[in-house]
Amino acid sequence: MDYLESVRSFVVANFLFGDGEQLDKETSFMEKGIIDSTGILELVMFLEQTYGIKIEDDELVPENLDSLASVARFIERKVNCDTTAEP
Amino acid sequence: MSTGAISFYSSTFFVMCGIAGICHISSADGISPETIGRMIDVVEHRGPDETGIYLDDNVGLGHARLSIIDLSSGTQPIHNEDQTMWIVYNGEVYNYPELRADLSRKGHRFYTTSDTEVLVHLYEEYGPDCLARMNGQFAFAIWDAAKKQLFLARDRVGIRPLHYTIQNGELIFASEIKSIFANKNVPRRIDPLAMDQIFTFWTTLPGTTTFKNVLEVPPGHYLKVANGQVLLVKYWDLPFYPRDEHLRISPDEISERIQQLLLEAVRIRLRADVPVGAYLSGGLDSSGVTTLIVRNFNSDVRTFGIRFEEPEFDEGRHQSDMVSFLEANHGEIHASNEKIGAALADCLWHTEKPLLRTAPVPLLLLSRLVRDSGLKVVLTGEGGDEVFGGYNIFREAKVRSFWARKPDSDRRAALITHLYPYIFDDPRLNHTLRSFFARGLEEPNEPLFSHMVRWANTSKLKTFFSAELKEQIGSYDGCEQVRQNLPAAYPTWDCVSKAQYLEMHIFLSNYLLSSQGDRVAMANSVEIRLPYLDPNIMEFMGHVPSKWKILGLNEKYVLKKSFQRILPESITTRSKHPYRAPIKQSLLNGKTSRYVDEFMSPEAIGKTGLFHVGRVKSLLDKLRRVDAPSESDNMALVGILSSQLVHHKFVENFSDHRDCSSSADLIVDRRSAHSKCIE
Repeated sequence: MDYLESVRSFVVANFLFGDGEQLDKETSFMEKGIIDSTGILELVMFLEQTYGIKIEDDELVPENLDSLASVARFIERKVNCDTTAEP
Repeated sequence: MSTGAISFYSSTFFVMCGIAGICHISSADGISPETIGRMIDVVEHRGPDETGIYLDDNVGLGHARLSIIDLSSGTQPIHNEDQTMWIVYNGEVYNYPELRADLSRKGHRFYTTSDTEVLVHLYEEYGPDCLARMNGQFAFAIWDAAKKQLFLARDRVGIRPLHYTIQNGELIFASEIKSIFANKNVPRRIDPLAMDQIFTFWTTLPGTTTFKNVLEVPPGHYLKVANGQVLLVKYWDLPFYPRDEHLRISPDEISERIQQLLLEAVRIRLRADVPVGAYLSGGLDSSGVTTLIVRNFNSDVRTFGIRFEEPEFDEGRHQSDMVSFLEANHGEIHASNEKIGAALADCLWHTEKPLLRTAPVPLLLLSRLVRDSGLKVVLTGEGGDEVFGGYNIFREAKVRSFWARKPDSDRRAALITHLYPYIFDDPRLNHTLRSFFARGLEEPNEPLFSHMVRWANTSKLKTFFSAELKEQIGSYDGCEQVRQNLPAAYPTWDCVSKAQYLEMHIFLSNYLLSSQGDRVAMANSVEIRLPYLDPNIMEFMGHVPSKWKILGLNEKYVLKKSFQRILPESITTRSKHPYRAPIKQSLLNGKTSRYVDEFMSPEAIGKTGLFHVGRVKSLLDKLRRVDAPSESDNMALVGILSSQLVHHKFVENFSDHRDCSSSADLIVDRRSAHSKCIE
């Protein structure tokens, strides 16, 4: 399963409780109220545990975590080359 | 009949009650005493001591009364001099001595010393304009037998409840909906639009109830049945004004005036023949009211407070500070998680409405302590935040309006962190939270700007609605309904006043004063009285510039200033602690988990048909897995569970909880075939 699909499954199960119809890869989690502040921490924990990465505080920005596509790109960068992640 | 030698305060100034009745809108078929009897029996908690019934060919009125003294002269229904007008009444009109003196001068004669009788004469004298003269909390029905007109009215902000339905040419009304349902022919169905409203605004909108075709007389309205017509009229609205009508006086002068108004509001609310207590949380508002009582009227006042098992919710330190400061005779309940969870179902029988919060439950437990302590009346600090600008959502409106003028400004965005230091204390969440509050910034002219973030966030919970419920709701848009009903002058107000209006119009009247107010107090036959919602105070504060209500980001600035000389500094300078109660810890603990499982099982969810079976199961699985669930998940849990319980208690398994064997203490029977008066 690629990053995007894996994150999608997690988001749909945990924040949308199975109702993933309206979620496309560019849907903003924040604008649509899909993930709140507690949810971001849940997402981070999921990413760290699933991909064995460590996410720094200053990486918790919308550019990295606000949509399926941005999360997938972020993981890819982290996994392939940790140092190139956007601050 | 007495000519009214007036001896105020030694009489029946104490009528905690439930009212009920039926009016034939255009026919004259008579109503049976048994029907009215059933309706008042079911609200026995509102008035367990006495019942009274009036019947004629057009109308039936019922009254359940809890009276402490003067049983002989205050029994309702009460009438005017020539017995053409009859009243059933729930509430208090604090300025009744002044009104009575005025009416006496105009030649009205009284046969009791009660405030109830004053209302009949006031209506007789002034018609619906009588409402403008009344300072109090009330819901009442007056039947004009000569003109065959029914007048139903409710106080300005909706402290006392009043519901009605129109079925088969009959208008059926009552303090609580369960009385209406005591009529077996009234259908009991959850209103899909009410569900949409609750899962947006945290409560139903004014005029609406949880149940289809059961309505409420909105706060500040009266309803008149005459000539076969039913007319609903607004007689008052929340007083806010444009800047050019604001007062141009100094904060010192404002706070001085507040001191005078508040002292008077407290003074008249202590008018009673029974001891009056006070709720004391340790917050500014209840501390202020209690201190005014102790220092000016009654140094021995009994006080009552809530302590929580969960430190996050507990205000014990400030409460103890105030108890020591006032040397108060204080009682408190320990709202353990288990007690809160166990009492939720009982609480919902009284609120008659699903909840997205568990906060009403500890107040139900607290009113039980008040009753067990032998008190029946308490003054509370409710309304202070709304009238004086205490809530974060008002400060948030101010900051977001400022931020919206320059959305890219980091400095402006950073102001949000000052509002919610406890949720911004995790630096990792700064960006996320800023994005959250930035929603809607591009639409600063949206009339509902202040509340859209909260409402949009709550609306997310509708993902749990079943397909059938979503279909029934269709394209209904509660926010649009709110926009359509805003007062004409609304666009001329500043952002804080607008936010105050929305908060008071929706959340105060239908949640705080109802689910968290009258209902959970009256469940234990306790009456709450609310000085901050005195109409004179609201009117004055409507003219106070918002910059003095919230100075910078310092909330309730002029109220704090008013209390500076009488309260400890630790109270006037403390940070605000919103009153909340634990949800997951209360509902999914060892003792309560079983009934939650029962009412949220796939079978129960499927049977009720309101929610999506699979998603509710996923939610429960997640809640059991996660230690500290999000606010949204907590709200979903209590929202779904309470909807299930309301459906169970009122739709599926309604029972009026009593056999109707009791007979009324007073029956005035003027039906053509039965004319008599039985006492």
